[in-house]
Amino acid sequence: MDIETIVKELNLKVRAAGTNLRKNISGGYTGDLLSDVMANSQEGDIWITRQVHQNIVAVASLKDHAGIIIVNSCEPAKDTIEKAAQENIPVMVSDLSAFELTGKIYNLLGKKDR
Amino acid sequence: MKLREVKEILDAEVIIGDDKLDMEVKTAFGADLMSDVLAFAKAGGLLLTGLTNEQVIRTADILDIAAIIMVRGKRPTAESMALARDLDIPILTTKYILFETAGRLYTKGIVGCLDKVDAPSGHN
Amino acid sequence: MHPVDITEKNNYQRSFYVEGGNFTYAGIVSTSIKSILKKMDLPVDLVRKSAIVSYESEINIVSYAKKGVIKLTIDSRTIQIEAIDEGPGIPDIELAMQAGYSTADQRIREMGFGAGMGLSNIKRYADVFDLTSEVGKGTYLKMIINRI
Repeated sequence: MDIETIVKELNLKVRAAGTNLRKNISGGYTGDLLSDVMANSQEGDIWITRQVHQNIVAVASLKDHAGIIIVNSCEPAKDTIEKAAQENIPVMVSDLSAFELTGKIYNLLGKKDR
Repeated sequence: MKLREVKEILDAEVIIGDDKLDMEVKTAFGADLMSDVLAFAKAGGLLLTGLTNEQVIRTADILDIAAIIMVRGKRPTAESMALARDLDIPILTTKYILFETAGRLYTKGIVGCLDKVDAPSGHN
Repeated sequence: MHPVDITEKNNYQRSFYVEGGNFTYAGIVSTSIKSILKKMDLPVDLVRKSAIVSYESEINIVSYAKKGVIKLTIDSRTIQIEAIDEGPGIPDIELAMQAGYSTADQRIREMGFGAGMGLSNIKRYADVFDLTSEVGKGTYLKMIINRI
């Protein structure tokens, strides 16, 4: 399943597209503590978080995440969007809570290629 | 669903609240930022988090959260345990990551509890 | 805690001391405030709003100030919570109010705070929100929850 499909299925707003909306999502990680995400997430994960600070882009880039989805309708900071464009990390916004968005993505991933 | 079923779905260990497993829960909120929980979570739901300190227990108490589920095999600190006993808040721990925990509970019918009516001002 | 008489719910005042830097007890004042309001049988949504704004401001005092006081005043129309601290103050209130802006250190972040959401949370839940600060002296925050 690629990011574009998830964007459509879940009505996400794309804030930084990169060139990677066709990037494959192999799993998911939900969390707001950067140290935890650094330590425990996997390459290819779609990262679901409430953090909007530009440091999230660095983490996603280092861990080769498929992309970042910010929850609760919270908007990424301006420098987060700029940095995401530079680093080619897709950043999306959802109006759902982390719990609900995670549930939906968990089921989408389960249905397709898991 | 009863807290007992939550325990089974998550293959969780009950750390505090063995006597509360018949409690009904319908909603959940997952976060590692307590201010996020304070802004959005409703009363009576589950709090899923990777944090273990006393502030998690305080936040749960302030919001009348039904039970705390600590993810990634995290266990409460000794201080948190004492406080949770005092304030009578159940704590369960599961080995699953938050993504898996939320996914499993959502699949079994637990819903989110985001207060969508009034988005916080200035959350630009 | 001394017993609260339900007849006091239209005329009550109490001050609580908050120690800066002591995270072990951070939140204890707000737990007390919540329990007082509950014993007075005030509506649950008012109790919840008051507890949330009190807790966020208590966390702020513990996180940034040397010491402070949280003052609870209840009359027939309002629940008023004042958080008064002696500390570094806030140099730029507009900036501090911006969601996501924070000067918190790692310790505060590890506790789940310091993501720059506290003041906007308070503003969201309080009917009246008044913040003044003097650099090097301290910060005064007044929050009012309307009962009617």
